Amino acid sequence: MRVVTLKINGQEMSGREDEDILHVAREHGIDIPTLCQLDGISEWGGCRLCLVEIEGSSKLSAACVTKVSEGMVVNTESARLAGYRKTIVEMLFTEGNHVCSVCVSNNNCELQDISHDLKIDHISLPYRYPLKQVDASHDLFIFDANRCILCTRCVRVCDEVEGAHTWDIAGRGIKSQLISDLHQPWGDSPSCTSCGKCVEACPTGALFEKGKAAGEMVKDARFLVYLAEMKEEKS
Amino acid sequence: MSSATDNEVKLPTLATVWLDGCSGCHMSLLDMDHRLLDLLEQADLVYSPLVDRKHFPDYVDITLVEGAISSEADLEKILLVRAHTKILVSLGDCAVTANVPSLRNPLGVNAILERVSDGGQPKQPDTVPLLCAHARPVHTAVKVDLFVPGCPPSADTIFFVISELLAGRQPDLHAITRFGL
Repeated sequence: MRVVTLKINGQEMSGREDEDILHVAREHGIDIPTLCQLDGISEWGGCRLCLVEIEGSSKLSAACVTKVSEGMVVNTESARLAGYRKTIVEMLFTEGNHVCSVCVSNNNCELQDISHDLKIDHISLPYRYPLKQVDASHDLFIFDANRCILCTRCVRVCDEVEGAHTWDIAGRGIKSQLISDLHQPWGDSPSCTSCGKCVEACPTGALFEKGKAAGEMVKDARFLVYLAEMKEEKS
Repeated sequence: MSSATDNEVKLPTLATVWLDGCSGCHMSLLDMDHRLLDLLEQADLVYSPLVDRKHFPDYVDITLVEGAISSEADLEKILLVRAHTKILVSLGDCAVTANVPSLRNPLGVNAILERVSDGGQPKQPDTVPLLCAHARPVHTAVKVDLFVPGCPPSADTIFFVISELLAGRQPDLHAITRFGL
């Protein structure tokens, strides 16, 4: 595999040509915010938080799905990028019903963490207050659509790691929603193995274990490390 | 609580307002304990659920608002408060995001009235203020000068906010509070 040299935020670095900007940046201590990205499953490029500027291109590129190349000059921080990232996160808050203080994942939530990192202290966009359902039909877990940001981490981990493909997205645009199997209650799903990988992969409190009260749903950090290690062994 | 006479230096004025919230933010304010006395040497608390004054004063330097705007009375009150306040602070998640009061928003007012109408026709009681269609953050109705997230913000955070504002500085709260805390 060829090694290429590039510049990220003015810093010279090198990476394998099959690596994406996100991972090369991380290897060199440059953090780019993400929500849909998870080491160990395929890249999706859906949340758009990892958008970066590449010299010579007027478009912004998602760092998780853009491969590095020789002589590339990348910028991961600018007022323009910060503005877009802030708007994206604000839209996630307005498109669902996120009430941190009473959420099972309070203080263990990636959406909450990112809003704090981006210094969002209020939501400036109009809230939509959509009516969304809670599916508590599964024996062990609950899906609360109010807190789902449609990152599809559950869809990918269920399909690519567990091999069950219980989860998928139905509908388009603002009507997009997470469904199990043929849009039936999770508890009736013939494909779900109850492995709980989707719950561990969920960045918010949308998928959680039954019996957990506000702030009690702490994801098992070992699981995500294991996922990432398995991928490394493969490659 | 003001005892200023013409001979004394007039202290800056401070007010707190309680809209649709659980009063937890006011409890947190009281949790400042003896530091409350320090603050009251630097400012006059001229209006609050904690002091006996019926009408909002003509001019207040700093007003902290707890709670979301959920009723017509809340809306009327915040418009009045804004018109007579120099620095308006959204204190706590209910004021900042509408928080727990906003849980009713997707359901609609009728569904809420059904619940409280004891099986009868959903009816807005005429003894309490009209519910707005949504419980909403304070900044959706009036200009807010400072946001203090937290459920509730800690006593330390509130003390820092008031001290900094009294010193004429805009407090940087990033390191000490956030949504849901």
